[in-house]
Amino acid sequence: MLNYIWFGMMAIGVIAGIYNGRIEAVTQAAIDMAKTSVTIAIGLIGIMALWLGIMKIAEESGLIKIIAKGLRPITIRLFPDVPEDHPAIGSIVLNMSANMLGLGNAATPMGLKAMEELQELNEQKDTASNSMVMFLAINTSSVQIVLPATVVALMGAVASQIFITTIMATLFSTIAAVVAVKTLEKMKRFKVEVQKDD
Amino acid sequence: MIESFVESLNSFAKYIIPLMLVGIPFYALAFKKVKVYEVFVVGAKDGFTIAVRIIPYLVAILVAVGMFRASGALDILLNLLAPALNFVGFPPENLPLALMRPLSGSGSLGLLTELVNQHGADSMTAKIGATMYGSSETTFYVLAVYFGSVGVVRSRHAVPAGLFADFVGAISAVFFCKLLLM
Repeated sequence: MLNYIWFGMMAIGVIAGIYNGRIEAVTQAAIDMAKTSVTIAIGLIGIMALWLGIMKIAEESGLIKIIAKGLRPITIRLFPDVPEDHPAIGSIVLNMSANMLGLGNAATPMGLKAMEELQELNEQKDTASNSMVMFLAINTSSVQIVLPATVVALMGAVASQIFITTIMATLFSTIAAVVAVKTLEKMKRFKVEVQKDD
Repeated sequence: MIESFVESLNSFAKYIIPLMLVGIPFYALAFKKVKVYEVFVVGAKDGFTIAVRIIPYLVAILVAVGMFRASGALDILLNLLAPALNFVGFPPENLPLALMRPLSGSGSLGLLTELVNQHGADSMTAKIGATMYGSSETTFYVLAVYFGSVGVVRSRHAVPAGLFADFVGAISAVFFCKLLLM
C-alpha cells in the first residue's frame, strides 16, 4: 500500500509539475524536504532524550505499571494482544494523555517508546502488528481536549467557540479510526505475511 | 461559561510538563529509592539513536509529500472534487485544508492562516477550518516517525485506516460547526 502511495505522490508530483509548469518547484521541494527531514530528526534528539530519561524513571519506580493497570479495562479492548501489565500499555496511556492535553513535545517520545515496546511483542519485525496499527491510527486521529496553541493564537476570542466542535470532530475521527482498524485487520489483503529467514 | 472553562483548561495545561518533570523523579526518589540521575541518563541515551533511525523514513515520506504539494496537483484534485462536494454540502473553501491536513502540518497551518485572514476568525469558513486543523494530525508524518523508529516498513492497513479517520474527521468538522455554531 505504502509502496504505491509513495511512488504515486512522486509520480503525480512530476506529471502535474510539468503540466502546471512548476517542475522546478517540484525539484526544489524534493531537495528542501530531504534537508528538512534531517533538521526535524536532529531537533528531536534533545526532546527525545529528556522524555525518555523521565520515562525511564517512571518505569523503574513502577509508575508506568500502575497507570497501565488502572486503564486496563479500556486498553484490553484496543490492544488485545498486549499482555496485562506489559510496559507498552503504560507508555501508550501516557502518550494518549499527553496528546489529549496538547503536549505534542512530550507525546512523541512517549509514543516512540510505546512503539519500541510493541515491537518487542511483534513477531514479524518489518511488518506492523495489529496493536501497532491501532496505536498509530489513534495517534493520527488525535484525541484532543486542549486546543493547539497555534489555533488559539490564530482564532483569538473565537477559539472557545470551536472547542466543542473540535472535541466532537476528534471523537468521531477516533471512533472511525478504531472501527476501521478493527475491520481492516481481519481482511485477507492486510494479513501479516510470514516470511522465511534466508 | 464555556469560555472560562476552555481558558482554565488551556492554562492548566502549561503546568503539566513542569509537574511531570518534577513529580515523576520525586515519586521515584522518595518512595522507591530509585537512583534518579543514573536512571535518567540510561533512558536518555536512546534519544539519539531513535532520532537518527527515523531519518530515512522521514526523507522518503516528506520528499514525496513535498513534490506532490509543489506540483500544484492539489489544485487539479480540488477542481475535480468540487462539484461532487458542492452537491453534498461540503464547503469548497475548506477542501484544500481537508486534503492538506494528512500531508503536511506546516502546509495546513498556512492554509488555515489564509482562511482566517481572508474570511475573518468569526466566519463559518474559519471556524470549520480551525476545527479541522485541531481535530486531526499529520497522518503521513506520524506514520513515518512512529513506524520508522522501529524499522517497520510494511504498514498493512495503517494508511487506509488513518485516511478514513481523517475523512470522517473533516466531515464531522463541517457537520458540527454547522450544527452548533451559527
